[in-house]
Amino acid sequence: MAVAATTEAGARPARAGRRLSAPSWVGTVPFLAYVAVFLLWPTGIVVVDSLKNPAGGWAFANITKLGDPLVRGYFIGSFKLCLLSSVFGAVLGAILAYAIASGDPDGPMRRLYLAVSGVLAQFGGVTLAFAFLVLIGPVGLLFHASWFYSFPWGITVIYTYFQIPLMVLVFLPAIDGVKVQWREASENLGASAWQYWRYVGGPLLMPAFLGGALLLFANALSAFATIAAWENQIAYIVPQQISTALSSEVGLSNVNVADLLALGMIILVAVVMTGYALLQRRAARWLR
Amino acid sequence: MRSSHRLALAGVAAAALLAAGCSSSGSSGGSSGGTNWASETSASAGGGMNALVTAAKSEGTLNVIALPPTWANYGNILKAFTAKYGIKINSALPDGTSQQEVNAVKSEHGTAKAPDVVDVGQAVALANTSLFAPYQVATWSSIPSAQKESTGLWYEDYGGYMAVGYSSSYGTITSLNDLLGPKFKGAVALNGNPTSANAALNGVMMASLAEGGSAGSISQGVDFFKKLKAAGNFNPVSATGATIKAGTTKVVFNWDYLNLPSYVGVSNWKVFIPQNAVLGGYYVQAVNKGAPHPAAARLWEEFLFSQAASGGQNLWLQGGARPVEQQAMQSNGSIDKTAAAQLPTVTGTPVFLSPSQNTDAANFLAANWAKAVS
Repeated sequence: MAVAATTEAGARPARAGRRLSAPSWVGTVPFLAYVAVFLLWPTGIVVVDSLKNPAGGWAFANITKLGDPLVRGYFIGSFKLCLLSSVFGAVLGAILAYAIASGDPDGPMRRLYLAVSGVLAQFGGVTLAFAFLVLIGPVGLLFHASWFYSFPWGITVIYTYFQIPLMVLVFLPAIDGVKVQWREASENLGASAWQYWRYVGGPLLMPAFLGGALLLFANALSAFATIAAWENQIAYIVPQQISTALSSEVGLSNVNVADLLALGMIILVAVVMTGYALLQRRAARWLR
Repeated sequence: MRSSHRLALAGVAAAALLAAGCSSSGSSGGSSGGTNWASETSASAGGGMNALVTAAKSEGTLNVIALPPTWANYGNILKAFTAKYGIKINSALPDGTSQQEVNAVKSEHGTAKAPDVVDVGQAVALANTSLFAPYQVATWSSIPSAQKESTGLWYEDYGGYMAVGYSSSYGTITSLNDLLGPKFKGAVALNGNPTSANAALNGVMMASLAEGGSAGSISQGVDFFKKLKAAGNFNPVSATGATIKAGTTKVVFNWDYLNLPSYVGVSNWKVFIPQNAVLGGYYVQAVNKGAPHPAAARLWEEFLFSQAASGGQNLWLQGGARPVEQQAMQSNGSIDKTAAAQLPTVTGTPVFLSPSQNTDAANFLAANWAKAVS
């Protein structure tokens, strides 16, 4: 994703040979096949099955269920949680990344922070929920406040725990690309710190920042195990409701509804991606 | 690493992929010694118990699913079966749900991995009878007729009463309303989401009965949990042995046989069943129609419903569960009296949910549960 966010800035120079010769085209086959089998095919199955009834016949009316107030509630819940945790994660992660980049590039602190970020970005699920439970649960070692169980704030705190290190990992390379000479040049021209960040640093880093924030949004959208352990008895977000639709043993299971909810998530990602593309185009306008 | 915060979307897609990928190449069926056990509806019809044992032994394997070893003594039951017949047991997905059992029956149909038998909640059993093969165990007449499908597609196996398990540090609970008091802050949990887990649905229903509701009306139970939430006493985390040991879920609504000190893993654990809210629930056995080991599957059922001292019925009883043949075994004296005496005593007439009451409750919860407690 970090790569994706910077491709526009580092666009490859056009090659002399325009024609796609056979050998170079063949090289993309494994990737395309992989994408087809693990992304396109399952997506196709989700779309098709979401429009069927349990007996296997077409049921295009299913799509109207996405407008059901209950279903809409799960999507609003997912959106709130993803937005909050990605905004907090992106802002705090960017600040931390800036602090790391300001230090000694070969120093032990940088290596320590990178190693810790690499580990914590993947720390989630039941273990993370249990760690928070022991620290801030009803008989927590640190303290307990009941708002930790009120959605979305409590779970946002927990999600932010893995969002910040992920942002550090994807945003640090962009900050490293900012040359100290640019700052010196703007200071020589009489720019204040605010003016430097407003007209030079900010615009330079904005595309990478937005790309990172989008990655965090998607990361939070697909996370399931953490909230499943923390808010086990109440469904707030779409993945929890997909779980109910797949595994309810009290008669509420319906695979087609699970597919429909997954389709809704695909649509949500498409909407967010479109918004991101528009923002990115604006943010990167100075590049053209 | 990804398994921790799993890509739900990919998971759903992969599940769909699996389901689509498994072609339904017909089961080979197990025929040995001239008897095709896959189509036999009782041991005697297939040539008697000895023939069944021989056929099962030659199959050599039994696939079971979603049987946690600490649940109703299943760990010992599995061991006892293997020790008695020398048949190896593959125990898949020990912590799975009933619906996952049925999903596995469908998605693994025709493979050697498919579950031979299932132990599922009543609602799941009733919705999937087309997947089951009719079979009547030798002790068929000992199972009350209300607790079995007449041809043997399914039959209840063991059950219990919904109970409040709690840490004895709280003293003694005498009424559900005690739980609304300040000393239970953040301590009270259900065993799962009631729109998903059968035990949790029954937990809410039990509260409803205690609060003046009926088997046809679960709303009083939802109101009770709403009050519990308002008092700050409701704890929404996934209650497990670990959270009970850590002291975060010191009160858990669950079946009495899952609220035993041996099951939750702490010794100072007590059980309370409200006098006016005795809610019973039984699990259901069934043989997979496409079982890869049809004789072993049927022998397993014979073992589970055997009234022998080391048979399944008494082993369940030793695990704190009430075997379905308890009444008959009390009459004929085959019951393990020591184990029976240790069951929590209940006073009042037990209530059992009918399938339609179960569905009504589930639908009510789907619309109202999250609103009430979030």
